[in-house]
Amino acid sequence: MFQKYINSRCGIVRGLSFLVLLVILWSYFYDSAITEAVLASALRQSTPLALGALCGLMGERSGVINIGIEGQMLLSAFVGFLVSVWTGNLLFAVLTGVATGAVIGLLLAFMSVSLRIDQILGGTVINILGFGLTGYFYQVGLNTKGKLQSISLGPLQDIPLLGPVLFNNPPITYLTLVLVLVVHYVLFHTHWGLRTRAVGEHPRAVDTLGINVFLMRYTNVVLGGAIAGLAGSFLTLEAVGSFERGMTNGRGFVALAVMIFGKWTPIGSWGAALLFGLAIALQTQLQFGGQTIPHQFIGMLPYLLTVVVLAGFVGRARPPAAVGTPYTKE
Amino acid sequence: MTQQPLLELHGITKRFGDALASDHIDFNLYPGEIHVLLGENGAGKSTLMNIIYGLSTPDAGNIILKGNSVKIKQPRDAIGYGINMVHQHFMLIPVFTVAENIMLGHETRWGFSLDKKKASQEIQQLSQDYGLEVEMDALVENLPVGLQQRVEIMKALYRETKILILDEPTAVLTPREVEDLFRVMRNLTEKGISIILITHKLKEVMTIADRITVMRAGRVVGTTSPSKSSEEELAVMMVGRKVVLQIRKKPLQAKDVLLDVKEFTVSDDQQMEVLHQVSFQVRAGEIFGIAGVQGNGQTELALALAGLLPFNRGRVCLAGKVMPSLHPRVLMNHGWAHIPEDRQKHGLVLPYSVADNQILNTYHQPPFSSLLRRNKEVILVNSTRLIEQYDIRTSGPRNPVSELSGGNQQKVIISRELDRKICCLLANQPTRGLDVGSIEYIHQQIVRLRDQGVAVLLISSELDEIISLSDTIAVMYCGKIAASAPSDHWTKEQLGLMMAGYSPPPKSLTWGNRKLL
Amino acid sequence: MINPFHFLKKVWLTIDIPCAAVFLSAAIGAVLLNFSGANPLDAYGALFQGSFGGMSALGRTLEKATPLIFSGLAVAFAFKAGLFNIGTQGQLLFGALAAAVAGFGLAGMPGWLHAPLALLIGAFAGGIYSAVQGALKAYTGSHEVITGIMLNYVAINLTDYLTNGPLKDDTPGNIIARTPLVMETSWLHRIGSFPVGFGLALIASLVVWWFLERTTFGFEISTVGHNSHAASYAGMNVKLIIVWTMLLSGILAGFGGAVETLGVVHRYQPGFNIGLGFEGITIALLGKTHPVGVVLAALLVGAMKAGSSQMQFHAGVDKAIIDVILALILFFVAADVLIRKILRRRETKGEKVLFSTGWSK
Repeated sequence: MFQKYINSRCGIVRGLSFLVLLVILWSYFYDSAITEAVLASALRQSTPLALGALCGLMGERSGVINIGIEGQMLLSAFVGFLVSVWTGNLLFAVLTGVATGAVIGLLLAFMSVSLRIDQILGGTVINILGFGLTGYFYQVGLNTKGKLQSISLGPLQDIPLLGPVLFNNPPITYLTLVLVLVVHYVLFHTHWGLRTRAVGEHPRAVDTLGINVFLMRYTNVVLGGAIAGLAGSFLTLEAVGSFERGMTNGRGFVALAVMIFGKWTPIGSWGAALLFGLAIALQTQLQFGGQTIPHQFIGMLPYLLTVVVLAGFVGRARPPAAVGTPYTKE
Repeated sequence: MTQQPLLELHGITKRFGDALASDHIDFNLYPGEIHVLLGENGAGKSTLMNIIYGLSTPDAGNIILKGNSVKIKQPRDAIGYGINMVHQHFMLIPVFTVAENIMLGHETRWGFSLDKKKASQEIQQLSQDYGLEVEMDALVENLPVGLQQRVEIMKALYRETKILILDEPTAVLTPREVEDLFRVMRNLTEKGISIILITHKLKEVMTIADRITVMRAGRVVGTTSPSKSSEEELAVMMVGRKVVLQIRKKPLQAKDVLLDVKEFTVSDDQQMEVLHQVSFQVRAGEIFGIAGVQGNGQTELALALAGLLPFNRGRVCLAGKVMPSLHPRVLMNHGWAHIPEDRQKHGLVLPYSVADNQILNTYHQPPFSSLLRRNKEVILVNSTRLIEQYDIRTSGPRNPVSELSGGNQQKVIISRELDRKICCLLANQPTRGLDVGSIEYIHQQIVRLRDQGVAVLLISSELDEIISLSDTIAVMYCGKIAASAPSDHWTKEQLGLMMAGYSPPPKSLTWGNRKLL
Repeated sequence: MINPFHFLKKVWLTIDIPCAAVFLSAAIGAVLLNFSGANPLDAYGALFQGSFGGMSALGRTLEKATPLIFSGLAVAFAFKAGLFNIGTQGQLLFGALAAAVAGFGLAGMPGWLHAPLALLIGAFAGGIYSAVQGALKAYTGSHEVITGIMLNYVAINLTDYLTNGPLKDDTPGNIIARTPLVMETSWLHRIGSFPVGFGLALIASLVVWWFLERTTFGFEISTVGHNSHAASYAGMNVKLIIVWTMLLSGILAGFGGAVETLGVVHRYQPGFNIGLGFEGITIALLGKTHPVGVVLAALLVGAMKAGSSQMQFHAGVDKAIIDVILALILFFVAADVLIRKILRRRETKGEKVLFSTGWSK
């Protein structure tokens, strides 16, 4: 009976995705240019969410809640931006952004794995620290020398609809697609992934098998942090090209909802991120279309969507059993 | 034996705060033997085994393996030396398959990937060699406990174990499964594996042990063998005094039915129906024992009866009144008392003081509260009285209950529940994990209530406890009451068979003059 | 008889970690100031001058501390039930806006009625917004931290829209998104340099203390916080208690917003209350979730905010350094294990303070 219940839920999600596809196709025949633009924008809007969700799920799969993704993204965005201003080297800037995310991941791991403080509190500390530090060191009027440009993948770009949407993107957007697959492979097809998932479910069992629980958690949270750092770099170095106070705008938290919606799996999270991205892209489009809805209402949409997802009105799975509990050796 | 021991412990000492958990322990294990480590709960058996397995490090002493002194700092070292342990609480990942659980930490790789196929073949081979059948792709959470234990043993075999430690392996098994386990153990020793068996059950010791080491309060009392000893002797060694295993009680004078449960159906929190149309009656002055292997619906039955889990269908009458709904507070007002299975989860708020725990469910009633205000003085006076009356060892009513021993924590719950005027008591695993002194005390209290005319519903997976206390015994299997009859109509063997799911009940079973299912 | 030496020792053991956290953060802040080319001593000196140097500075400190006491109490109150009310920010915004609406909307009322009524309306606006979050937690199991943050963003957007649209100040020439000024009958005045709102905050913390320590409802809240299973065993309605706790926590937050509107800003203007909610978290933790601790912590943070302008003016340091120091304080009180190691002190009996409970429970 329970199985039936799950299946029906899956059915709803599948049906919804199919419906969305149909609507996209219909709108493509109706107005191809706008459809392409909206879809491309959806993909880009989904990039930081997908990356954030990857960061979140690496932590949670190993048993550590990361509610500090927002702060990680903000600080990485800021550091990446500063480095690009100072050196003008975008690649180097992205790398420092990624490194910043990893360092903050290290801080989070230190707090939640070694100090064993409340993980939600630890994440909140990182968020508030992120706002405080970027706010203090930010100076108005700094400008970068450009941002990461789109790379078109030759002939692939000429495929109708898919071409312009998928194969003409800046590097971090491509990298995100690759990372989704890589994380999926690592998590479900390598011994590292098997151990990571085990640590998130039953750390004591893993400890009795001679696997280092702390090392597993540290590594996953730090790598996750690096991915959040990439998301931050995306915001300043690929999407906007400059920094603003609080520019992450809650994406780090929305990413957690995306992760839950995606049932703690990379590919599911990516799908969920696309859905959120589509919602954001559509509202932007509506605004340009001269609709009379006040922009604040449209701006609320992703947040309300997140609440709806969290409340479990749409698809929900079982989180890793040991998530949020620090591990203590006897 | 003139052979060289496989494993020797010399002067192992381990301290937790002020308490000595292991006090200069000497112990040795010969190749191919089953060495039982016998002792009460809290005697220090598990601590000692955790030291051998590298889960904790001794403050002093040596571990000698095949004549060489070794340091075991973490489980990885132990596994490397061929030492494996099957823990009392299984160390399995419920959402993983059997194969994934077995290979975890010892994975077969192909490049970066897991080679699931090859691992499966290896495990298959292993299960044939040792005659341990398990389905490779089943999720562990869907397996019965007996099979989960088998997976644990296979985990050890997959790591080519030489010394296997089994920590209270029979606690969760039916008598039949225990026999199976013993057969497997013999099989293993024939192949040269040495086994350390930790237990507190005397009867098992006599059947399976080659040698026995008895521990009490962190010390080794002595080492003996079944042929040189008797159950009584071992009991005295284990507890340090003579134990009255027999409980004296007045003959049954059952009167009115106080608890009447009809066609009670319950689903667990994942919407699986775990209790199917259970019906039974408990009379005043009767102890109604429910025996059964853990996980056959007893937990859900108790939670649902206590109003902590919603029930789907059925009817419950308490003292002749039909309960419209089951809610802990309504039940309490009708004279219901509940000793919960998991005392630290349901029964106590650990950071709270003893006094606050003793009014946990009566806090809103006078004299403990007037209007909205809590009367702290009354609460303390009440606690002081209960501490004395129920002989609770604590430094005072303000002491956090987390600092009490397990036995005294249970006494806090008992003092709270039994001090009211009650007509029906639900006692679920009331003595689990306690020392003999506390067990005796709690049994006395339960019998005292019965003699006063309270209807007692006792749920326990300790068959001996059920047999010695109950007036009527029912067996639960797969969410149903398989049979129930007055206790003197059962033999232990029949109970064991019923617990393992052999129905219909054996012919020799007479059903008494009660209306049964 | 209380032994004075024992009493002092007990007090010290209660406050040593918060004190150490503050000093460590100030020290790191000094390093940062030095790094960005300012003299830390000058900066902290100016900060002190601006917050405690004279009656008017002191008044400013009390004024700044007032909403912080409320938001700190709101967060601390929810912590007692194991709930992390990070949505304090949004609740505070609604409280501030609702009080402003009551302040300019209800005409012709006497002062003794108008101000209290506007305060209560503000408080309940915050409370109801918070109860939504509590209901989501209790009945759908979604974690209050994420829903709280999402509802914060919703609140910002919604109040933004209202002050830009239906509730916009329509005085000729006004182009700023803000409500009209509230009527003078609803103002919370000062007595000398002592703001009335601060008095209200003190009363509120006293009431919260009494409520949590002395009533059966407080007992229920703390039981749910420590062990919700045992709470339902004891016959408490855990879900309802979660909703009630969030409602009351939100009322405290709403009060904070309302007091700020009626006592300081006298209208609602987006951006004026930002940060007060998050600072409530720092204050609740620094005050070890105890009402007295919250008041003391709020005074400290209030002083920092009151003196920050003076510091910016005299020592040329960006005000934002305060946010960094606050974040550091939060880090050190959260990571108290670290400070314990530095002070070489073990945890004393019953010292453990309850914050939030797990993710999906």
